[in-house]
Amino acid sequence: MPAPLIQTQQVVKRFGALVANDHVDLTVEAGEVHALLGENGAGKSTLVKMLYGLLQPDAGRILWRGEKVVLDGPRAARRRGIGMVFQHFSLFEAMTVAENVALALDGDEPLPRIAARLAEVSRAYGLPLEPGREVWQLSVGERQRIEIVRCLMQDPQLLILDEPTSVLTPQEAEGLFATLDRIRAEGRAVLYISHKLEEVRRICEAATILRHGKVVARCDPRAESAASLARMMVGSTVLGVTHEAAAPQGPVRLAVASLSLPPAEAHGVALRDVSLSLHGGEVLGIAGVAGNGQDELFAALSGERLAPRAEAVLLDRRPVGREGINARRRLGAAFVPEERLGHAAAPRFPLSENALLSGHAAGGFVAGGLVRRGQLLGFVDEVTRTFDLRKGTRDPEARALSGGNLQKFTVGREILRRPMVLVVAQPTWGVDAGAARRIRQALLDLAAEGSGVLAISQDLDELLEIADRIAVMFHGRLSAPLPVSGLTRETLGLLMGGSGFPADAPEAA
Amino acid sequence: MTLLEAILLTVITASTPLLIAAIGELVVEKSGVLNLGVEGMMIMGAACGIVAAIATGSGALGVIAAILAGMAMAALFAALTLGLAANQVAAGLALTIFGIGLSGVVGAAHVGAQRAGIGKLEIPVLADIPFLGPLLFNQDPFVYASFALTAGVAWFLTRSKAGLVLRACGESAASAHALGYPVLRIRFLAILFGGACAGLAGAYLSLVLTPFWTSGMTAGRGWIALAIVVFASWLPWRAALGAYLFGGITILQLHAQGAGFRVPPQLMSALPYLITIVVLVLIMRLRRGGTAGPAGLGLPFVPDR
Repeated sequence: MPAPLIQTQQVVKRFGALVANDHVDLTVEAGEVHALLGENGAGKSTLVKMLYGLLQPDAGRILWRGEKVVLDGPRAARRRGIGMVFQHFSLFEAMTVAENVALALDGDEPLPRIAARLAEVSRAYGLPLEPGREVWQLSVGERQRIEIVRCLMQDPQLLILDEPTSVLTPQEAEGLFATLDRIRAEGRAVLYISHKLEEVRRICEAATILRHGKVVARCDPRAESAASLARMMVGSTVLGVTHEAAAPQGPVRLAVASLSLPPAEAHGVALRDVSLSLHGGEVLGIAGVAGNGQDELFAALSGERLAPRAEAVLLDRRPVGREGINARRRLGAAFVPEERLGHAAAPRFPLSENALLSGHAAGGFVAGGLVRRGQLLGFVDEVTRTFDLRKGTRDPEARALSGGNLQKFTVGREILRRPMVLVVAQPTWGVDAGAARRIRQALLDLAAEGSGVLAISQDLDELLEIADRIAVMFHGRLSAPLPVSGLTRETLGLLMGGSGFPADAPEAA
Repeated sequence: MTLLEAILLTVITASTPLLIAAIGELVVEKSGVLNLGVEGMMIMGAACGIVAAIATGSGALGVIAAILAGMAMAALFAALTLGLAANQVAAGLALTIFGIGLSGVVGAAHVGAQRAGIGKLEIPVLADIPFLGPLLFNQDPFVYASFALTAGVAWFLTRSKAGLVLRACGESAASAHALGYPVLRIRFLAILFGGACAGLAGAYLSLVLTPFWTSGMTAGRGWIALAIVVFASWLPWRAALGAYLFGGITILQLHAQGAGFRVPPQLMSALPYLITIVVLVLIMRLRRGGTAGPAGLGLPFVPDR
């Protein structure tokens, strides 16, 4: 039997006191699609960064076709035949596709030759790309194609994909799977990192599961269920959320009527004729591929950007389109933006002050112009208790919390104030399964008490789990909401890809 | 020689140091580093250039000393901003203040000491073309060098792989690092190049333009060079245009004063700086707030290891 393509033996990587990889053994055979599973912070990214030469192991060895190798940089890894597609793309927005590809190729091939070869490879793998386009004009799916094509142009034996489908529509993901099949058929191996267990079960024939930096299991995912894989990742059973089917429709809490807004910045998206109504007692999901106007919609709902007319946004039938975020909060609305650090929370402020930042308008924390610290600390304790925050001290700085814990805090501080309307963007983005479940359950409980919850998310599984109705954003337009019962991923995927939306008017010259 | 020819000749001499310094800073900024210390590097080049030229009696050695002085100042800046990941704005301002002070010390013994300027380099045949000949082909070597630099940098940035890598470092240091490029080393080389250019521009001031030393003789030209880079939206040939525009304004206000315009001379001297501000505002307006600058400009990068 030939030596495995790549093997790590007892690899250790430490960051200060944290052991990110603790004696990890991983074996990938040629021609297989191998899944690397684990929760956030389990050490998956650290491990693949070592395979790609971006980090050096503190102990242990890496074997390539049975021989010990030292990968002292991505160049060395690429020379062996290891290619990597990053989770957060390593593309340069202001450059063309061909230039981006040239940067990933070693050697001094002239650009026109690269462009020609790029066109050839992208045709052969069914990944259409225009070499001359600048990256900022491209969709997320197209950007990923660049990353994959430029790896394939190096003729790799091992392709590492870090959460490749988290940003794709279901149809785009199907396209990716077809490409992976082709790559496997050519005898190349793929190391596939993903959170999406159904997807892993479908396309991977082997899996290594990490928890807290250690390998806890190896299995054939095709022989497992999504639930058993999740159990191995988390180490305990992950419960689903309980969702009372179709709560009775309450009064309209939040309404948007034919709202159009020009883009706020050069590469932004314009909102075009967006209408929606959110009833008390329901969760309305807004799906869509990132960058189709969700950020702009959030800003318009929260009052970070004002609408042209006051009547464009109604909160409990009161026109608030020209009111700022504090006025809307006073009327009983609450907002959780997507970016945890820097938008939802000030990184260097303690949690109590972060609670004050979003809670001062609605009252309770300030008396006679003075901050009531005791009240604030009590509030932080309450969020901690209700949402099971794990933190070192009673009132740490926001940046000291892990992503999941900070997310629980930013969602929790709004929910505990019992808002009449909650607008939340990417409620569980980058959060591990346990924290995600808790946040989703809290959103459902809030809705069950009669509030309206509007959840903007790219995670279709999440929306299908918690929403009563789902609308899709595409190029700044919002589809009519569809009831979740009987709604398929395919229907949503087609909408996310733009079918059913009016064709865009040509850009004004 | 007609008056027009004379004016155009002085425009060229006023613009050349601006162009050389701006081209250097353009490369630095394309690599993602904002070095506000151009003025400081330039004046150190001017001081060391003339001191070395007087000491050795050789203009060429003076120029080399000026370039080395600019690079030494740039290396100091690089040690702070790349090695210690210090704030680039603060380090650049400190470099300017430090350079102005240190140059005063270096040049103290030679204040007002005259020496013959560096001679002109006449290109045979071409220099005999009427009007254009003396303007374009009978200039000092610096003028030719400034255009060679502009052409070289324009080619380097758009056509060469190394230039592509340098721009990549300026767009996203993290991405360039992830692809395996030594971001800090590339930025270090870019900063050194910027320092060399600023030193060369300084040498032009003290060896050609006014062939003697007075403290503070750069008189804000380093700042104008910085403004030119933005004005040019980081394009080398547009930087040449900008340098000549600003050089032209400087000369124009001199002639306006000579022609007896009843405007306080202080106000006239401030004109180039006022125009700089106006032009910058106009550019920002035209681009609706966006800039064509490198996305990673001014952001320190620390690779995790």
